[in-house]
Amino acid sequence: MNFDFSDDQKQLRDQARKFLAEKCPPKAVRVVLDGKTPYDKELWKGLAEMGFLGVAIPEEFGGAGAGHLELCVIAEEMGRANAPVPFSSTVYLAAEALLIAGSDAQKKKWLPAIASGEAIGTLALFEGKGNPSPKNVKLTAANGVLNGVKKPVADGAIADFAVVAARTGSSGRDSDISLFLVELRAGGVEVKSLTNLDPTRGQAEIAFKDCKAEPLGAAGEGWSILTQVLDRAAVLCAFEQVGGADRALEMGRDYALDRIAFGRPIGSFQAVKHMLADMYVSATLARSNSYYGAWALSTNAAELPEAAAAARISATQAFQHCAKNNIQVHGGMGFTWEFDCHIYYRRANAMALGLGSLSYWEDQLIDRMRKKNAA
Amino acid sequence: MNFDDTPQEAEFRATARAWISANAPKQYEEELRKSSLGRTVLKNADILQVAKAWQKKKADAGWACLHWPKEYGGRGASPIERVIWQQEEGPYGQLSRMFIIGHGMCGPTMMAFAREEHKRRYLPPLASGENVWCQLFSEPAGGSDVAGLRTRAEKDGDDWVINGQKIWTSGAHYSDYGILLTRTDPTVPKHKGLTMFFLDMKSPGVEVRPIKQASGASDFNEVYFTNVRIPDHQRLGEVGDGWNVSLTTLMNERSAIGAAVSTGFPELFEYCSSLILDDGPAIEDRAVRSKLANWAVKASGLKYTSMRAISALSKGERPGPENSIGKLVAGSMIQDVATYALDLQGAAGVVSGENAELAGRFQAMLLRAPGTRVEGGTDEIMRNIIAERVLGLPGDIRVDKDVPFNKIPTKGRN
Repeated sequence: MNFDFSDDQKQLRDQARKFLAEKCPPKAVRVVLDGKTPYDKELWKGLAEMGFLGVAIPEEFGGAGAGHLELCVIAEEMGRANAPVPFSSTVYLAAEALLIAGSDAQKKKWLPAIASGEAIGTLALFEGKGNPSPKNVKLTAANGVLNGVKKPVADGAIADFAVVAARTGSSGRDSDISLFLVELRAGGVEVKSLTNLDPTRGQAEIAFKDCKAEPLGAAGEGWSILTQVLDRAAVLCAFEQVGGADRALEMGRDYALDRIAFGRPIGSFQAVKHMLADMYVSATLARSNSYYGAWALSTNAAELPEAAAAARISATQAFQHCAKNNIQVHGGMGFTWEFDCHIYYRRANAMALGLGSLSYWEDQLIDRMRKKNAA
Repeated sequence: MNFDDTPQEAEFRATARAWISANAPKQYEEELRKSSLGRTVLKNADILQVAKAWQKKKADAGWACLHWPKEYGGRGASPIERVIWQQEEGPYGQLSRMFIIGHGMCGPTMMAFAREEHKRRYLPPLASGENVWCQLFSEPAGGSDVAGLRTRAEKDGDDWVINGQKIWTSGAHYSDYGILLTRTDPTVPKHKGLTMFFLDMKSPGVEVRPIKQASGASDFNEVYFTNVRIPDHQRLGEVGDGWNVSLTTLMNERSAIGAAVSTGFPELFEYCSSLILDDGPAIEDRAVRSKLANWAVKASGLKYTSMRAISALSKGERPGPENSIGKLVAGSMIQDVATYALDLQGAAGVVSGENAELAGRFQAMLLRAPGTRVEGGTDEIMRNIIAERVLGLPGDIRVDKDVPFNKIPTKGRN
């Protein structure tokens, strides 16, 4: 049994960590946090040069042709650094949707552009409140023209193209939904930035008015493709969350060792030690669940739907838990803008919602476990 | 990343599987499979006898204490082979419970500190289950603070004379031997005045009294020592070095990798899958599903944490510290799971025993669960261990660390 990343993959992780420590220190994150730029363009360019954007994209489409395990280790480091770039929307959502359902021409057009950092992509699924569900898709597509409003769309304001979920039927079945690919710089698209919990990753409202769109995948297959995309993204996001959780835990640990109160390091008080121990426990559970997700993703195993839901829940909980208690360990200083604790708190809570909320994934997990037991 | 055996591992697994299939006491398989925390009894047989017979059979064929050297009754197997054996032994592994302390703690301590002739004499019958061993550390005045123990050992000629009381000794009532931590010098700080011995539990002056636990069952004992004589050659380690010796024992307790920890989740999921509530099937209920999902990811998280440790063993590496979370997570989880299973039963949940829902499985679990959060290191001690050894946080401030033991305030108790 080798339920671990290979030495090469671990080396890649170290390489990514080193690169991000240098190119994405907290002060770079803060440039985006303070709204001076919508994302870190230099970093994005650097990630492309390192080959990280296209690590899981096949060589024939301009990528490195490595695989999803390699993408997982990079995702972990992106989360650890709280990288303020449209990595998850472009790489986990848009690129994966293209890989699953894109025509050869679509792949040839967009995947090399993603790998080289020239194109930013995203998924436009949500339309206000609610979780992923065919019945929440109201935006219509008829005769290759879209009408409707999507929000929130992650990185929608900086994206060059979007994969859009649209209603093409009214039977009440999953087959009512089809996917379309839209160039957002073209006509019929109106983009508005939304303020959001995590300013280091933008959110937007996108209105489509008689907007021309090309189909992505077969008509009526949209929901089935989306489900696969969301499962893959759930595993990849879980690695970002695990990276973020670990960083928040480290920050808390380091502060507890450094901060003296009542004449001793606060990390010598059991109330603080035990809080940090519990953070370690959730981070460890999340990492192990995510490893299983990585295995299922990389082997395209039948277990992927269940593994993805478990990784999603566990990693979401761990990142939220570690981020909030990191602030608690820091006390008053943790609640200042100046300290970085709130950056992870914001990211943790934004990520907890991005692919659908916890309660949605809890429901999915039980459905999928039942299906497996029935099979 | 894969879950596949190496060719050597696959070969070992096949050999183990074939032997188990040909030799295991299959008549008890179903009962053992259905056993859960608080309920591991056999209806028509004495589990102690069944367990001893299975252990002896394993030992005769070279399948006992796999990781021990052959000359002491083991197989000289690698750590990963031991894990594979556990996986293949499956429900029959329940029969090893009464040997866990002896095999997991007493044996390794003997191996590290006993004289060669004692190892050759005592270890093989310990491995084969012919002798059962217990561990006599905890005392009324020394639980989490083991080094606060008060049982005295005083030198008298070539013997040591023991007086005092131990508590929470698993299986003392059926044990043949025990390892015993004593205080040999009360005038030095507490960690420095301890000495370890092993002894025959039938020695004159040893009295075992079962403790009736909060669950009503009796798995543990009090053991009283009145002028019990132990020859000096049964001392383990130097006089005054008992604390270090005991750390070897405890390290072995906590390093049991691949040993299944019960969480109660498979039982609860199975129960909810067939349970009908007032508003329909339990498994369709949003609140039930949310609870199940949260426990599901804890159970799977523990499972895959264990797989990570096993992978390290498979590669011949030392597992990381992540395995230390198992007992902490599983202990309170099984308590919560049992509580929730009864909640789903409504007022009927109060009925326990054979006539209750699922023959009282979750009621028994509930009543046994508090013990799991205390035995082998309380939740609080486990959190301290994680905080100190994994995260590198400072140790607790110990006000009695440098004080001679007999000067530590006791509030009149001794």
